[in-house]
Amino acid sequence: MALQPQNGIITPEMAKIPQGPLEKKWTNYKDHQKLVNPANKRKLDIIVVGTGLAGASAAASLAEMGFNVLNFCIQDSPRRAHSIAAQGGINAAKNYQNDGDSIYRLYYDTIKGGDYRAREANVYRLAEVSNSIIDQCVAQGVPFAREYGGLLDNRSFGGAQVSRTFYAKGQTGQQLLLGAYSALSRQIGKGKVKMYTRYEMLDLVMIKDENGEDRARGIIARNLVTGRIERFFAHAVVIGTGGYGNTFFLSTNAMASNGSAAMQMYRHGAFFANPCYAQIHPTCIPKHGDFQSKLTLMSESLRNDGRIWVPKKLEDAKKLQAGTLKGRDIPEEDRDYYLERRYPAFGNLVPRDVASRAAKERCDKGFGVNNTGLAVFLDFSDAIKRLGKDVVAQKYGNLFQMYEKIVDENPYENPMMIFPAIHYTMGGIWVDYELQTSVKGLFCIGEANFSDHGANRLGASALMQGLADGYFVLPYTIQNYLADQISVPRMSTDLPEFAAAEKAVQDKIQKLMSIQGKRSVDSIHKELGLIMWDFVGMGRTAEGLKTAIKKIDEIKKEFWSNVFIPGKADSLNNELEKALRLADFIEIGRLMAVDALHREESCGGHFREEYQTPDGEALRQDDKFSYVGCWKYTGEDKEPELIKEPLDYEFTERKTRNYKA
Amino acid sequence: MDQNINIKVKVWRQAGPKEQGHFETYELQNIFQGASFLEMIDILNEKLISEHKDPIAFDHDCREGICGMCSLYVNGHPHGPDQEITTCQLHMRKFHDGETITIEPWRSRAFPVIKDLMVDRSAYDKIMQAGGFVSVNTGGVPDANAIAIPKPVADEAMDAASCIGCGACAAACKNGSAMLFVSAKVSQLALLPQGKIEAARRAKAMVAKMDELGFGNCTNTGACAAECPKSVSLANIARLNREFICAKFKD
Repeated sequence: MALQPQNGIITPEMAKIPQGPLEKKWTNYKDHQKLVNPANKRKLDIIVVGTGLAGASAAASLAEMGFNVLNFCIQDSPRRAHSIAAQGGINAAKNYQNDGDSIYRLYYDTIKGGDYRAREANVYRLAEVSNSIIDQCVAQGVPFAREYGGLLDNRSFGGAQVSRTFYAKGQTGQQLLLGAYSALSRQIGKGKVKMYTRYEMLDLVMIKDENGEDRARGIIARNLVTGRIERFFAHAVVIGTGGYGNTFFLSTNAMASNGSAAMQMYRHGAFFANPCYAQIHPTCIPKHGDFQSKLTLMSESLRNDGRIWVPKKLEDAKKLQAGTLKGRDIPEEDRDYYLERRYPAFGNLVPRDVASRAAKERCDKGFGVNNTGLAVFLDFSDAIKRLGKDVVAQKYGNLFQMYEKIVDENPYENPMMIFPAIHYTMGGIWVDYELQTSVKGLFCIGEANFSDHGANRLGASALMQGLADGYFVLPYTIQNYLADQISVPRMSTDLPEFAAAEKAVQDKIQKLMSIQGKRSVDSIHKELGLIMWDFVGMGRTAEGLKTAIKKIDEIKKEFWSNVFIPGKADSLNNELEKALRLADFIEIGRLMAVDALHREESCGGHFREEYQTPDGEALRQDDKFSYVGCWKYTGEDKEPELIKEPLDYEFTERKTRNYKA
Repeated sequence: MDQNINIKVKVWRQAGPKEQGHFETYELQNIFQGASFLEMIDILNEKLISEHKDPIAFDHDCREGICGMCSLYVNGHPHGPDQEITTCQLHMRKFHDGETITIEPWRSRAFPVIKDLMVDRSAYDKIMQAGGFVSVNTGGVPDANAIAIPKPVADEAMDAASCIGCGACAAACKNGSAMLFVSAKVSQLALLPQGKIEAARRAKAMVAKMDELGFGNCTNTGACAAECPKSVSLANIARLNREFICAKFKD
């Protein structure tokens, strides 16, 4: 039998943390894990849902090894997964710049950046495999930026004092994803991966083994073009469907990014870990109207040369808000470079959570610089003076162009206006060291899982984690599971378990279609988003979170009684797709609020206003909350059960995060 | 300054791949010019839904110009009347009060309509599957700095690699040729030492697949590069031709 939590506690054995010193754990694991021989690999099928960095790299690598892979994505091509939008870069501990970097330092920065709420063993492994990722990408033909000598260039990102970020202009995510996509395309061409585009997973199929234990054995998916519901079998299921930031409606995520696969796993017994850890990215283009469909990120790399400020004088801020004054006209002595003032050691390159909260603090005090009062300046005038406009254009030209197209203002002449927005979710499905969930045969990779980033993710680490999971971790660890499955034959999708799962999906769709109410899906989603932003956003309080839960419950009622979905279920129907996703966002939003309410401390992206230092920094409560908060599903409309995985820091001393000195 | 404008939109409506399509005209009032073009369609769709009508199906996802999903022919141009942008980056400030805006799906034999403004671009994936890769498996590769690559070469490869696979090039071409798309990938990989080894095989395989899938021939009119949202250069087509001819000579 699989290990279960004991008295609500996940033990290190259940988390499968290998024995030994930190730097030997992964090697020890690989030396002793079970493998599957080539002849047996051919007999095993693996479903991979998602084609982002994690999904595509996993699907390609597993197929190269000889497994049969079924790969699914909701877009019209696997190349369009939202990893493509990552701009700034990918971290690795190469120390090519000779500036003192090492695997340990990348590990330490990541675990400190995550406010000591991640597993030591996982984070160390991530830092350990980071170098192989860069080698792999270069071998695939990823055109990383280079120096004139022909070697790879690096730049700095938040939360680090070394330059360890590899980049390809402002399109690093695109180039890495296209690298993984090309490897995936090669396997599709060879017939080792069967690709299903415009398919959306709607449920997981569980079948009991000979010991009566549930195992993930397939999925139910909807063909988004025909509306047909289809069944797929596999020996193991891997989910890499990204984060749930779109719960907030407005986020930097793509329009179709969603958390539904996560909720399907959760309802089948996979724990949802740390749902309240959401990252608010400090440098996004501010909101401009109620019709707005999404927020656009401006890369963190801009903080290498851009300086963030607001006016020192309230009267200047008032004029900026009224549109009678331009940022460039405010003299140097009247500018408050508040990050440099508060955090001299890291300055504009403090981690994202710190930068976002500092922007909110200034705007709350009335120093916001646009008509809504919800924006700060990101100014390149010093960089242009120091480096010249051409150099700045070469480094950030495409980002400046993107900004100008949206805002209709030239950022070379007047400082950019930026404001924080929801960007990434550190929380996600709980996985053990093998990236297996608490459901046997169900694996979760990339942003969709909870591992590695703790309570806050550092810039350029999402790409690193996605590719680490897909290229170098899962292809090993999944074999330890599959080695016991070689005698399990392929199962028919006519089995009653598949039929029952499909019927449940059909019933849910019928229920939604038959409501025929008065509200569009988006109108309800926007309402949910506002509640999330107001009460479960950058500053949270017990009272606010209780209000959020109450309001989300009301929204759930409204949705299930008054949503209107036009068209038919058995054809292409975007509104039905959105409704199915919103049904899950409502549940996720509630889970985020419940988790945030229970976590009576501030850490990383989770800031409870009751828990802060006198100068407004996050105040952790290590004696009470040094654990992964895992939520177990107990039934529809029932409160979830809290299970804890203690985080005993064995190798690293926990300190108060300090970016000041 | 951005204002509110009143517009008419003339949209191609087609219920399915085999159905007869037609233009439908809708009127919209008080559209803020700061809104993006796709937000204007969102507003129109909300209106249609409130009238219990079928909303317009169109492809879109990242809405920041990088995923390549959006694919609208606006007033006779792929991605509309602005330069170096995708449809999702087009803003209503490019249109004036009282204007009638015509919106069509990509026009190309190789991209059949699925519904309304949504087309099937899987042909591009198939071309990639034929050879748009370097044949390396995960693991066992040399150190990333083992081979130095001159910066100008790496930069040129990056420019070619910036293609987002949206299909505007084939949609803009009077012959429906996919040469700019194919040449961008062939160039990127042929320029880099990692991809050079398979350059000949790759060029032949991708061109053969392109021909098989019903894309037209290139007659160097340059419409593709003019409409490309990422300014992928025509020089890539010249490089593809060179690679292709060299490969054929070697045969």
